Amino acid sequence: MITTMHYVAVSLAMLLIGTVGLLTRRNIVIILMSIELILNAVNINLVAFSKHHGNAAGQVFAIFVIAVAVAEAAVGLGILLALFRNRETVQVDEIDLLKW
Amino acid sequence: MNLDVFFFYAFSTLALGGGLLAITRRSAVHAALALMVSLLGVAGLYLLLQAEFLFVSQIIIYIGGILLLFLFVIMLVNLDAGKGLRQFHKNWPLGAAVTVLTGLALAVLLSRAQLPPAQPMPSTGNVELIADTLFQDYLVPFEVASLLLLVAVVGSVLLARKRGA
Repeated sequence: MITTMHYVAVSLAMLLIGTVGLLTRRNIVIILMSIELILNAVNINLVAFSKHHGNAAGQVFAIFVIAVAVAEAAVGLGILLALFRNRETVQVDEIDLLKW
Repeated sequence: MNLDVFFFYAFSTLALGGGLLAITRRSAVHAALALMVSLLGVAGLYLLLQAEFLFVSQIIIYIGGILLLFLFVIMLVNLDAGKGLRQFHKNWPLGAAVTVLTGLALAVLLSRAQLPPAQPMPSTGNVELIADTLFQDYLVPFEVASLLLLVAVVGSVLLARKRGA
């Protein structure tokens, strides 16, 4: 029998995978992908609890999360293109102009 | 074996295995393809949770939209120049430690969670249900989301265009 807690556990595992990618990788594109993984983990949680409570509001929130993820990816990749044009690098630890 | 259980573990393996591959590959294109596997697994989980509309949106928006955007950008910036370099920055043990701590805290929290008894979904179809909720209770957030997407489109074009063009 698969319960809501199973889905929450999968969501937790996915959140941790996304976090470790976000905090340890050097490549900006991989970091943006890790953010997508984290947002997907949130969505699994929302949909699982939507089913648990018999209420569609959770799924509507998941749609909003997807919309924000799309906006974030578009702006993030636009910034990445502008950055690459100026600095010729996509490694986060080489982008340190603002570092004291 | 129960079919539900089988599909749950199959889709979870896809989602988590794809995610693990996506954050460990050297080549960004391989990572994007692994991310696609992961997103497909998540879509399968939505189907198991009887969220058919989200299943379809996930495939169309994430795999058809966001992932394609990633692949385009990877082609534009020639990421493979960084393939031979170090893949993890020098403070990676700190990041890993933060992740482990977060995981432990959330796992402890979840193991103590007491869920209220499950309630059945209303018997109307999933798409109809989402439309009712979205356009009756969440109409204003829906309009705000459309504004957000408009700003994102204009902003990303402005950011990505060449100077002086």
